[in-house]
Amino acid sequence: MKAVLTLGVGLAVVLALALVPVIGPRILVQDLFKVLCLLVLALNWNLLAGFAGLVSVGQQAFVGIGAYVMFATTILWGWDPLAGMLIGGMLAMALSIPIAFFAFRLNGAYFAIGTWAVADIARLSFGQWRALGGGTGTALPRDATREMFGVGLVRDLLGVSPAAAIDAVTYWLALGLATVMLVACWLFLRSRMGLGLQAVRDNPVAAQSVGVDPTRLKALVFLLTAFVTGLCGALLFIQIGRITPDAAFSVIDWTAFVIFIVVIGGIGTLPGPIVGVLVFYGLQRLLSDYGTVYLIALGLIGIAIMLFARRGLWGGLIHCIGFDPFPLGHAAPRLARQSIKEDAA
Amino acid sequence: MAILSLQGVSKNFGALKVTDDVSFDLAPGEALGIIGPNGAGKSTLFNLITGNLRPDAGQVLLDGRDITLETPMQRCASGVGRSFQIPQPFDHLTVYENLLVAARFGGGLAASEAPLACMDILHRTGLSALSDRKAGALPLLHRKRLELSRALATRPRVILLDEIAGGLTDGECVDLVATIRSLHAEGTAIIWIEHVLHALTSVVTRLIALNFGRVLMTGTPDEVMAAPQVQEIYLGIEA
Ligand SMILES: Nc1ncnc2c1ncn2[C@@H]1O[C@H](COP(=O)(O)OP(=O)(O)OP(=O)(O)O)[C@@H](O)[C@H]1O
Ligand SMILES: [Mg+2]
Repeated sequence: MKAVLTLGVGLAVVLALALVPVIGPRILVQDLFKVLCLLVLALNWNLLAGFAGLVSVGQQAFVGIGAYVMFATTILWGWDPLAGMLIGGMLAMALSIPIAFFAFRLNGAYFAIGTWAVADIARLSFGQWRALGGGTGTALPRDATREMFGVGLVRDLLGVSPAAAIDAVTYWLALGLATVMLVACWLFLRSRMGLGLQAVRDNPVAAQSVGVDPTRLKALVFLLTAFVTGLCGALLFIQIGRITPDAAFSVIDWTAFVIFIVVIGGIGTLPGPIVGVLVFYGLQRLLSDYGTVYLIALGLIGIAIMLFARRGLWGGLIHCIGFDPFPLGHAAPRLARQSIKEDAA
Repeated sequence: MAILSLQGVSKNFGALKVTDDVSFDLAPGEALGIIGPNGAGKSTLFNLITGNLRPDAGQVLLDGRDITLETPMQRCASGVGRSFQIPQPFDHLTVYENLLVAARFGGGLAASEAPLACMDILHRTGLSALSDRKAGALPLLHRKRLELSRALATRPRVILLDEIAGGLTDGECVDLVATIRSLHAEGTAIIWIEHVLHALTSVVTRLIALNFGRVLMTGTPDEVMAAPQVQEIYLGIEA
């Protein structure tokens, strides 16, 4: 019954969001595109920090790698940017393997600092790439995005400008990515490996004693989130159309904001990032005119939540509504047990 | 051949010799008791067997195979199950889920087999009524039962039990002894560290007395309990 409710509401929300490029103003499409991408990044970071205990401050490395690889395949090889996006995700995952080898030797705060350092090395390295504009960056050729898969079709169907069609296509991709990521997170956390991860989070020593290999599970999460973060990074910069090392590897945009979203929404819960991203978007609309004050306000709110509501807004909300749309638990098979006993009797 | 054997195992914490040249064999299906005063190194010995600690010297063999360098999860998968003296539940998981992790990982059971296997164990250990309760909310005695239950869910061939009878009422102790006896009857090899000597000696067929990390004496429960050197360290404990 509750599962039906979740599914119904979820489908309705996704459908409503899917209609935005058809009926909504373009500025809303662009705003929601950012929100959806931040949601994808937040779901990934929540999986890393909230479930696998990997508090990375270097996820911007994978955003940047995904974005730069997409630019390289598009500009240097003339590929479709969407093909480049896939390659970008895969390369981000490939590079996460050596990064994991280095960073997994570090614990806690050292892990956080280590990942940050790696991301900065990546930023400096990609800034050396002359063919992609070095430190000042470069732009995607107009034709590349106009001829991108699906753009022509959307232009004809909706009767809009090429630029609006590009916004619509990237928006739908972001919506798809966020939806798939949310469902995949839920399925993963309910799987054998997700159960093992929750055991490790509660008690790593006991988890090992019942056969769970913490390092293996954490490495798996690190690799998979690098892939999706890379995809998301490439998608972001297809829509933005311009790239610089500072923008692509921005610790503020792709990690600090994301951490804020997850922490205020509720770290270690699945609905947390959704709640967080909505609050973040609202605050941004309210306060973005105030510049630096806005960042200070975000910081203060984040600190207040960490101190007074450790499970975030979702933790408080679930108390009020008493309904978890994404339950992670496994109920004991009481009924099955009784029926077996009755069969035997 | 012995299912488990320790050969000259030693462990120091700094200057403190906590395990000192310990050797013994455990036969398949045997029930072995370990006694000794507080701080004798009993729990440390378990940690050396399960791989939570690495010995400074000596070998641990399982089925004659050297497992001294293997990780705790490898040893668990090979059939070494354990309970912790201070219970270590997965607090935010339910009692049932605590077992499910163990059954799916260490026990190697498939998604289709694990749920019923876990429920069978919970019925057996008397925790089935609490199966959907969060483990972190359990009182100490139930936590100890959970330790035993979760160890069983890894489907061990050798199970290491660390002081699971302490603090039980007489009735609960009788139930626990019956459960451990039935494990023994099924052929599971058992090593049981216990201060509640009457419970221990009603199950095990052999006792090792440890003191200052050394094997003080090995023998049948009667022999060991009657020995003057054991009586000396145990004076006043089992009144
Ligand atoms: N990680 C450690 N570091 C340093 N000393 C330790 C460590 N673990 C145990 N010890 C010491 O080693 C000695 C043996 O500890 P152990 O827990 O094995 O004793 P025990 O026989 O199980 O005692 P008890 O009956 O109280 O459970 C104790 O003196 C203890 O303080
Ligand atoms: Mg002990």
